[in-house]
Amino acid sequence: MNLKLITDIARSLLLARWKQTLVAAIGVTFSITMFIALLGFMNGLNDLLDGLVLNRTPHIRLYNEIKPNDHQPVNQSKDFKSSYNFIRSVKASTNRQELYNSSAILATLDKDERVLGYAPKITSQVFFNAGTTDITGVINGIDVEEEIRLFHFKDYVTSGAAIDINRTSNSIILGKGLAEKLLANLGDVVQLTTAEGERFPLKVVGYYQSGIADYDKVQSFASVKTVQKIMGKPGNYITDIQVKLKDMSKAPAMAKEYSRLFQCDAEDIQTANAQYETGSFIRTLISYAVGITLLIVAGFGIFNILNMMIYEKMDSIAILKATGFSGRDVKWIFLIIAMGIGFIGGIAGLVFGYLLSLIIDQVPFTTSALPTVKTYPVNYSLIYYLIGAIFSLITTYFAGWFPARKASKVDPVIIIRGK
Amino acid sequence: MANCILEAKSISKYFYDPVKFKVLTDISFRVNKGDFVSVTGKSGCGKSTLLYILSTLDTDYEGDLLIDDETMRGKKEAQLARTRNEKIGFVFQFHYLLNEFTVLKNVMLPGLKLNRLSALEVEHKAIEKLKMLGIEHLATKKANLISGGEKQRVAIARAMINDPHIIMGDEPTGNLDMKNAEIVFDIFKKLAEEFNQTLLIVTHDLDFAKRTHRIIELEDGKLK
Repeated sequence: MNLKLITDIARSLLLARWKQTLVAAIGVTFSITMFIALLGFMNGLNDLLDGLVLNRTPHIRLYNEIKPNDHQPVNQSKDFKSSYNFIRSVKASTNRQELYNSSAILATLDKDERVLGYAPKITSQVFFNAGTTDITGVINGIDVEEEIRLFHFKDYVTSGAAIDINRTSNSIILGKGLAEKLLANLGDVVQLTTAEGERFPLKVVGYYQSGIADYDKVQSFASVKTVQKIMGKPGNYITDIQVKLKDMSKAPAMAKEYSRLFQCDAEDIQTANAQYETGSFIRTLISYAVGITLLIVAGFGIFNILNMMIYEKMDSIAILKATGFSGRDVKWIFLIIAMGIGFIGGIAGLVFGYLLSLIIDQVPFTTSALPTVKTYPVNYSLIYYLIGAIFSLITTYFAGWFPARKASKVDPVIIIRGK
Repeated sequence: MANCILEAKSISKYFYDPVKFKVLTDISFRVNKGDFVSVTGKSGCGKSTLLYILSTLDTDYEGDLLIDDETMRGKKEAQLARTRNEKIGFVFQFHYLLNEFTVLKNVMLPGLKLNRLSALEVEHKAIEKLKMLGIEHLATKKANLISGGEKQRVAIARAMINDPHIIMGDEPTGNLDMKNAEIVFDIFKKLAEEFNQTLLIVTHDLDFAKRTHRIIELEDGKLK
């Protein structure tokens, strides 16, 4: 088979019918453009929504759950070993929320190759005093530098600077909703009371806005040192350790391992946020379905045009076959025509898809829920362009396959006799 | 005995639509190198059908066909295409030029398909053939922009490009006026006499047939 000659013939047939070719190519271009723009946009949104939760969720959280002791005395007793024991009114034992031997845990995490980083944390219930009323809230003692590095804390501090809770002693960042309730401006001092009844003044250095209003109405952040001081605890008192891994998929297995090793509770991100992955998956599925539908429609366009072309070119096919072109040669001529349309249309589609993505990226999109986002998010991942290119060739190949096979089966005797 | 180019061995052919009907019965003859043969007969006697069988385009027949002492029975479609490309040149009643291409390219196509010579050599050869037929000035024109007589001459040049063993014609002058038919006949005669080219021409034109070297006459699907 002489590929150069066949390509040459295919090209001449294409150019001779350049208007039809153009229409078919525009069909492919349009569908690839929409495919790229749609997937880029959908996945941009996915990333954004996932980031909303996943970015600031630790891959593994180490903590002590308040719960009844697993080892109740009656079960330990030899006398009742063989019986099934019902225990009523079990209460949580007075175990501490503190992680035991936290400095040893941190040292182990430091050495673990799989760990990207960790941030210790103290969480405690407090009351904020606004005049005569007390507002319940939660104060988080955080290692702000690690929080910024690992969990994008900075993105959610809308006024003031996150790092200020380290620089200014006795300072606090209030959730936006909480600050509104307290009527607290930047630089103001708010009073808070701990569960034990200690009272503390703290200076407001920033507002925090997560995008989840209920959360913002109760949360506040201070440095680990400040919270330890408020609670009257020593410097190794920590209630949570948030671990970020290099490979998120290892989280469930490692959570089990840590739980056993450190004798505490460990929750992995997959368990904590299963619904978000489902949402992303469904959105991706829908955008692929729409994109591929568009391509198939374009494929039918090519199919029609090639079919018409074959009826028009019956004479040419007959003489090509009479002068020594085999059925296979003729089939390839039409396949190359189809794939040429797919290739040119596909390339143009990738370019236009990229341009359309750029335009979407410029459209303003402001919502109070997402303080860091100003325009619609777009994902420019190369993989969508690759899929688009491959699919444009595959669909046009199949669209060309049936007409090409028909052309290869044309019997020259019938055509020549008919003249 | 001169070397045999084409031999038909008791070829029979049936048509099945609308009823079974025997078109050709037991046709046997040989064509030797340098023969200028015409096949004549009344309309509907099966002469075109015979030509399609002899040219390997039609494979649904009984009997045997030898081209160059090689049987064509049981050959695959691609092998037959190769044989046509290499050994047979065609001139039909209708010219069948590809309108997308220039005259030169039309002539070159079978040569490029054969792929024995480089594109440049094929082009050179095509120009030579066009010169021989006195139409080299048309080489760069689009095939649909030349006259009917010229088209038929281009078709003859195309048939000759691979120096085939035999050129087959199916009423090659049927669509032409007297003057052009004369030109085409003279070309055939010149090919046969000066270049020792073997020719097998199907025609219903008895004047044409009488001027060839040998006449094969068909009547109701049988040799007369």
